[in-house]
Amino acid sequence: MSAIITVKDMCLWYGEHQALTNINIEIPEKSITAFIGPSGCGKSTFLKSLNRMNDLIPGVKITGDIRYKAQDIFAPSVDVNELRREIGMVFQKPNPFPMSIYDNIAYGPRTHGMKSKAKLDDIVERSLRDAAIWGEVKDRLKKNALGLSGGQQQRLCIARALAVKPEVLLMDEPTSALDPISTSKIEELTIKLKEEYTIIMVTHNMQQAVRISDQTAFFLLGELVEYGDTETIFSTPKDKRTEDYITGRFG
Amino acid sequence: MRSKFDEQLALLNKEMIEMGALCEKIIQEVLEALTERNTKLLNGIVSVGAEIDRKERTIETLCLKLLLQQQPVAKDLRQISAALKMITDMERIGDQAEDIAEIIPFVMKRPVRTDTLLHEMGKASIKMVTESVDAFVGQNLKLAGKVAADDDVVDHYFTKIKQALISEIVNNPEEGECFADLLMIAKYFERIGDHATNIAEWVGFSITGVHKEGCI
Repeated sequence: MSAIITVKDMCLWYGEHQALTNINIEIPEKSITAFIGPSGCGKSTFLKSLNRMNDLIPGVKITGDIRYKAQDIFAPSVDVNELRREIGMVFQKPNPFPMSIYDNIAYGPRTHGMKSKAKLDDIVERSLRDAAIWGEVKDRLKKNALGLSGGQQQRLCIARALAVKPEVLLMDEPTSALDPISTSKIEELTIKLKEEYTIIMVTHNMQQAVRISDQTAFFLLGELVEYGDTETIFSTPKDKRTEDYITGRFG
Repeated sequence: MRSKFDEQLALLNKEMIEMGALCEKIIQEVLEALTERNTKLLNGIVSVGAEIDRKERTIETLCLKLLLQQQPVAKDLRQISAALKMITDMERIGDQAEDIAEIIPFVMKRPVRTDTLLHEMGKASIKMVTESVDAFVGQNLKLAGKVAADDDVVDHYFTKIKQALISEIVNNPEEGECFADLLMIAKYFERIGDHATNIAEWVGFSITGVHKEGCI
């Protein structure tokens, strides 16, 4: 599998504080990559750098190279909105807009200029189907999305992210606010989605990383300590810090 | 932070040491009965065998509980899965010692040369068992490697004993059955050596993550 995202010698500062140091990683397309590490290790910061969400935070300085499909994402020619369309994001807490289920999904395509009702209908249905929630909401598309359960809201947010036809989905602890059944639905969904999308997921749940990811990256104190095939990381990690973290000796 | 888990792992280690010690004990007693041709020494064998079987079940239960409760990864996972595999070989060692014990009443004749070799072979196989368990407890990769090398010594004894028994059968055909039984005993010791080798290979896995040639 070829790399869709390649990061070289990347560092990030919040003002004077260095949050990431010399990150080097290649993320293969159409696979699930898990980022693990204790709170404050920089994994979410790194995730958000991949579609330049950190640009929105004052005082952030980034050095090094982040390439998406071989293109430098910080190049002046890059349209940030287009980058974020191609690299979508799903957050820890489901955040549907306070509007109908239909309008939540149609929101992205509309902001990108789509007006045709027939096309929007088609995108809404396809996105909801891809997010494995169509059957549950097809009869109440005009109802407010805030009336859905937490697990349904999160799948709705995934559907909303899929509606703009991204290539990569960044997920920041997408199941940490969900019950086990909703968690398992999201996990199954991500496994299905990797046939067409590249998924990068921050998770605090080790077993989740073992269950669904193909690669795992372990972050500690702003460094990428170890990155490799998930089975290898969880059976024979090379670095003692990885071993100590995943076996619960610190963190 | 993981004190309960560490306590359970320490308990697993303790149970493994005890099961290993029982395996050494049963072979030791069988070897002594064979060397002395004293069937009275075999009286305790069955109860040691039963104790080994009980230990196997205790350790199985403990390992399954650890897998369920702790969802171990990395070295913890390797240690627990290796223990689960090792106890099968330990239990077989106990069975084979009992098999030898069953034959001893039928081999009261003492061909001198074979007897000396059998005694040495028995000692060599006990040493392999001891060292394989020690390697697990001390997580000693070097010692585990030595066990595999020692298997060649035991195999060599088997070949020598077989040749010696063939000569005995030729010279004393009327005692053929007894010599065939002695060959069976030698074969059981040889199998015990193989099981000790298996144990040592799983020790290697628990340390390195590599079993024989391949990663698991």
